[in-house]
This record gives sequence, C-alpha cells and structure tokens, in this order.
Amino acid sequence: MISLGIAQKVMIGTSLLGTVAGLVGSYGVLRRRALVGDMLAHAALPGICLAFLIGVALQPALQARFGTDLALGRNILVLLAGALTTGLLGMGIVTLVCRWTRTKEDAAIGIVLSTFFGGGIVLLSVIRRLPVPDKSGLATYLFGQATSMLWHDIYVIACVSAVCLLVLCALHKEFKLLSFDPDFARSQGWPTTLLDLVMMGALTIVTVVGLPVVGVVLMAALIILPGAAARFWTERLGRMMVISAAIGAATGVVGTWASAGGGLPAGPIIVVCGATLFLFSVVFAPRRGLLSRLIHTWRLRRKTARENLLRTLYELSEPDLPKRRPIAIGAVRQHRAWSKGVFGWVIRSALHSGLITRTGDQLQLTAAGLARAVQVTRKHRLWELYLIQGAGIAADHVDRDADSIEHLLTPAIVRRLEGQLAEVGRLPGVPDVPQSPHELAAAEVEDAHG
Amino acid sequence: MSVPPVEIHDVTVAYHRKPVLWDIDLVVPEGKLVGVIGPNGAGKTTLIKAVLGLVPLASGKVEIYGHPYANQRHLVGYVPQRESVDWDFPVTVLDVVLMGTYGRLGWCRRPGRAERELARQCLEQVGMASLTDRQIRQLSGGQQQRVFLARSLAQDAQIYFMDEPLAGVDAATERAIVELLQELRQRGKTVIVVHHDLQTVRRYFDHVILLNMRLVACGPTETTFTPEALKETYGGRLTILDEAAEAVRRGEGVT
Repeated sequence: MISLGIAQKVMIGTSLLGTVAGLVGSYGVLRRRALVGDMLAHAALPGICLAFLIGVALQPALQARFGTDLALGRNILVLLAGALTTGLLGMGIVTLVCRWTRTKEDAAIGIVLSTFFGGGIVLLSVIRRLPVPDKSGLATYLFGQATSMLWHDIYVIACVSAVCLLVLCALHKEFKLLSFDPDFARSQGWPTTLLDLVMMGALTIVTVVGLPVVGVVLMAALIILPGAAARFWTERLGRMMVISAAIGAATGVVGTWASAGGGLPAGPIIVVCGATLFLFSVVFAPRRGLLSRLIHTWRLRRKTARENLLRTLYELSEPDLPKRRPIAIGAVRQHRAWSKGVFGWVIRSALHSGLITRTGDQLQLTAAGLARAVQVTRKHRLWELYLIQGAGIAADHVDRDADSIEHLLTPAIVRRLEGQLAEVGRLPGVPDVPQSPHELAAAEVEDAHG
Repeated sequence: MSVPPVEIHDVTVAYHRKPVLWDIDLVVPEGKLVGVIGPNGAGKTTLIKAVLGLVPLASGKVEIYGHPYANQRHLVGYVPQRESVDWDFPVTVLDVVLMGTYGRLGWCRRPGRAERELARQCLEQVGMASLTDRQIRQLSGGQQQRVFLARSLAQDAQIYFMDEPLAGVDAATERAIVELLQELRQRGKTVIVVHHDLQTVRRYFDHVILLNMRLVACGPTETTFTPEALKETYGGRLTILDEAAEAVRRGEGVT
C-alpha cells in the first residue's frame, strides 16, 4: 500500500469515484434528473467556504481546549459536510420555488445554481484576503485537484462507494420500478417518496465526495456522461449500469494517467475523456448510434430504388414476357423522377448484384433479376388492389400511394394481404403477377422497344 | 350480504384545490365487468387513482372488501394508461411483467424462477409469449397494452382497475383483451375498466358507472345505460359545477 506511487494512489481514487458516479448517474439520466447533479455541485461551493471559515474561527478555542491543532479548515470531512449542507439547501429551495411560485423546474435550477455559485465565489475571494493558513487549498475545489489526494481522501471515496453500491444492489428492483412507473409502484404500496430520497441522497453524496477531485464546475459531467453514453449500448437496465460504471472507471484511470504523465489537470481531462466516450457511443453504438441508423436508412433507400428500377423494367418488358426484351435506358428514365447521379448509382448497384445486364444504352433483366422483379411487382400490385378494395382510393391515385409503402411490406403482411384479397375474390392466381389496376403509359411501353 | 369489493363513500377529489370529482358515492358488486363511462375531463382516471390512493382525497373514504386500501393492496391489480410511462426505458417485456410480482416479494428480494414462470404464463394469457425478451420500445401500441395487462395478471389480484386498456389498440388486440376480461370475470374477479367507446358498452360490460365530475348513474348496464342517462352524462358539462370549481381554484389567494 505504502509502496504505491502517487499516480497509482490517485488512480484508485478516481476510478472508484468514476465507477460509483456512473452507477448513480444512470438513474439520474433515466429519471431526467441530470441537472440536479450540476446544481448540487455548484451549490456546494459556498458550503465549503463557510465550513472552512467556521473551522478557522473555532481554531483558537479548540486549540486551547485540546492543546493540539485539529486543522478543521483542512479536514475534508468538515468541508464536505459544509458542501452537503448547502447542496441540500439548494435542492430544497428548488423544490419550494417550483411549488410556491409556479417557476418551472429548469428555471429554478438555473437560478439556484448560479446564485449559490456566485455566493461561493464571493466567499472564496473574501477568504483569500484573510490572514489564515491553508486557504490556498480551497481554490482547488473549483476545478478539483486529483494529484493532491491523500489516503484519507481515498478512504472517504471508498466508503461512500461501498455504501452506494450496497444500496443500489439491495434496492435495484425498487429503483427500477420507481424509475419506470412511479404510480404503479405507489399502488403496490412502495414508499416512493422515501425511495426517491434515498436515490437522490446517493447522487448527492457521490457528487459531494467527487468535488475535491473533479471540482464543482465539472462534477456534473462525471455523473451524466457515463450514464448517457451507456444508454446507447444496451436495452437492459442492469447492463446499462455496469457499462456506465466501466466508462466512469475508465475515464478516471485515463484522466489520472494523462495528468500524471503530461502534467495536465486531472478533472478536466476526466471530463474530456468522458465526453469522447460519449461521442464515440453516439456515433458507433449498434442500433441506437448515428452511424448504424445512417446505414439503415441508406440500405432502405438502396432497396427502394432498386425495387423501383426492377418494377419499371418489368412493366416495360411486360408485353413480351416471358421473353426478356432489352429496354432503352431513356425509357426507364422517363418513368422515374431520379436525378442523373441517383440513376447511375441504382443501375451500377443492380448491375453489380447481377440483376440486370447492360449493352450500350440498353438494359436487360437477368433471370435472377426477372424473378426478383416478379416478386416486387406482385407486391406492388397486391398493395394497389388492396388500397382500391379496402381503402376506397381511386385507381389513378394508388400508384404513388403504393410506392411509398410497398418497400416496407414484410412477408407476413403480404401473406395477410393475399388472404384479404382472396376473401373478396380478388386475389389473382398464384404465382402470377396480377394485372395492373390502372393503365400503364402505353406509348412509353412501345417506345421502349424502339 | 357479503362485503362488496369496492365501496366509495362521499369522495371528493381536488387538483390544486380545484375539485374534479364531487361527492362520489357508489358500490361495485363482486364478480362483474364494470365500465367507467364519461366524457373527457369527467374524472374517470381520477376516480381510479383516488381509489388506489394515488391522489389525495379532499373528503370521503374508499373501502376494498370492507377495509382501507392500504391494508388490501394484495387484492388489487392496476393497469395505468399506456402513455403514463416512458416506453424507451431500458427493460424487456419480461422485466415489466415481473414488476407485477414486486409487491408480493417485498423489500430487497429479487424475482426468482417461480416469478419468472408466472410472468411467462401471464404473457401467454395475453398472447405475447413469443415476445418475452423484446425491448419494450420495439412493441406496437396494442402489444404495449398487453404487456401492462400481463403485469396486472402477475399481481394475481381479486379486483382489477384498468385505465383505458382498449384505447388505441387494433381490432385483434381489442378482441383478445375483451376475451381476457371475460375470463377474469368467470374466475370470480371484479374488473373495473375506464372505457371511451359508447358503441361497445352494452356488449362488454355488466355494470356501468356514468361519470361527469359527479356520479350520474351506477348500476346494471341494461337498466342504467339508457339514452336519458347518457344525455345527462354527455349533455354538456354542468356549467355551474365547472364555474364553482374554477372559483375554488382562484380562491387560493383570497382565503
């Protein structure tokens, strides 16, 4: 233990703090209470200053009584008690302001946060002018100073982490229910107000303990970022909390390592590191991430465009089927309102997949392409028939309506479509493609073979 | 005569001092399917929440089988409105249904194999057995409603309070839910359902509670669900009652 270097020691502290901040932060994010952490941290500053002042004021009396220097102004527990007091006071004021003055919660949080923080800064500058020892330590509470962590501080963090972990594990089921459906929880007899207090209490304690490390300005980020990032990776609460804790711990380790190696301030590095992980999650997470959603949209557009191309080719060569006639590219273009670029892209993609072949400016369906085109056209026309039959939409309007939906029809829906049309005796013989319920542009069809 | 499952004595409920339900006094008989009918803002949801202790009573009292609700929670199942929760919450279908067993489990005990088995059975009863591990965000409106129903079944109650279980569901789901309600009645349960579709009231319910800020009528459907009673329920709000409520609300600064 003693043999550990400063960096390792600090790393233990920051990773523990990150872990527990990630855990309580998950609930904060899910319950849309993320700003509460921010307010608590800022509102803690005047409390820290006041605790320091009281400690200094009591110093002579205590020294006379006990004969030793208790250094109350330096004692982290005394300072944190002050932080806790004004933090909770701020939270209480927010609640009262919301209830009695009809100020909305976000406005109330903003008001209390900046007022308390402003008061704290004023006290800090007052203290700076006082002829008292240890006053320089207070300024580190603004942005935190991980490197000055003592074993004493790490014990405090470890104890808080252990207690929070215990509470979160024991009350996992209760907190899950409270967060998802508080009314149902109350109908089952759970004391929701008490549970809420415990949950917010854990958030408060973790915030306050983190202040010396990350500072009042940045502490909220350590609470919010891991939970918000973790939400992207999973759809299970338990896993989300584990991931969130891991992200919190990782940011703590990286932040400390960067500050030890490069002499950079640990708190800001921890926050920047958390933000990077959050950004990474936003972009790269499967399913919920931006990239995955972009790819999904792109695939859908490619599928839609390709199906439209196949159907157009099918309809243009329909009179000569089963012979697959080559179709002039110009004729196809007349049917689809595609820009030149999109048109080229669709044709290239269909060529690449072996659905069509190209000779000069003539396109021809391959055997595979025809099979696919039959499916696509059949789906389109079944849907058109259904719209005419079931929704009473005029025959000359269904083409456009069908176009926007048909690409999304699943095989299950197509089967039900067939069932419905069969019921009213309108299902064309399987597997034939039904006649188009509206006139195809006949002139263009002929043109195409020219 | 045996003790009725639900007795509401002179209950008045107020939000921010504005009364929304006036002097409700009614008795629900056992083993019936009961519809709570009334226009928007009539206080249907509030009535259920008042019975379940989710909104404070300004006056009056509620009894479940002759005792206060707080002592009888284990006899009551609750289906809140579907919109009342965030369906993007990171839980699965099974997780939500398991919540129905939390009340019985008590503090700190996790649901075990028996609870999981029960939850699966409840999902089967609502025709959702194949979606057990689905994330709830991926469900359709009708499926979400079925999950809530399954959760209340997992509560294994005697009386069920359901807030608009048929709102915004497809025809197939509506049929399935109504069948389930009838099955519950057959097993001797009392089911109280907030309902908005007047056309189906006669077909679905044995007993109706007609509500419009006050109790208009309460009784067997054949004799109570009459054109006159409907007219009284829907024929414009009682404007004086409305104005009085508004006056009470405004009075907060004066008194």
